[in-house]
Amino acid sequence: MTYALAALLGVVAGVLAGLFGVGGGILFVPTLTWLGLTQLHAEATSLLAIVPTVVVGVWRQQRYGNVRWRSAAVIGIASVGATIGGAQLAESLPEHVLRKLFAVLLLATAAQIAWRARRKQP
Amino acid sequence: MTILRLVLIGLAAGFLSALFGVGGGIVIVPLLVIAAGFELRSATATSLAAIGVTATAGVITYVIHGDVRPVYAVLLGVPAAAGAAGGASLQQRLPVRTLSLLFAALLVGIAIRMLLQ
Repeated sequence: MTYALAALLGVVAGVLAGLFGVGGGILFVPTLTWLGLTQLHAEATSLLAIVPTVVVGVWRQQRYGNVRWRSAAVIGIASVGATIGGAQLAESLPEHVLRKLFAVLLLATAAQIAWRARRKQP
Repeated sequence: MTILRLVLIGLAAGFLSALFGVGGGIVIVPLLVIAAGFELRSATATSLAAIGVTATAGVITYVIHGDVRPVYAVLLGVPAAAGAAGGASLQQRLPVRTLSLLFAALLVGIAIRMLLQ
């Protein structure tokens, strides 16, 4: 039952992510905690869940010639070392602190979406 | 010089991504536009490709710690990939500006709930 619900929520999260131009992670993490995972396990699992969406997204975008591969490679490779630091910090923080920090990230994302929506107005 | 900026963007994105379990597009996209002079469309596309590497690195780190639940990742991630393709094509047909404000309000609601828990 939980599994069917997870798949359904996956579709919803994907549609919203595609519609509003955000990654799935911002929605995967709250979904996974709602399904009963701890904040840390939800974050770790979210990163793996992001991969299929990214693969499909890149495949679509590169057909339009929008991907600048060299820049993407530099950013991606530079990020690898920093992910170890980020994961270490997440491991060491208490569950409730990590959850509250994530809430702040959600607020920042909301602000960015609202700002983009207003900017596009004619 | 641009290379240095891209490296700094990568470091910030990698840290944020692994700390919060997100892709990091929230920092990569605006920084590519503001600091590296990208147009929004190519910033978004380039960010996606970079996130592929970042998320994979994060997953490996968390797998070593034993924190990843692969069944949930597949159940959520594979339907989401299909949904995202659908959502992107809906963009042309829906009043996205109004919906964006509603979506931002939804995120604020989730955030408040998490802060009060």
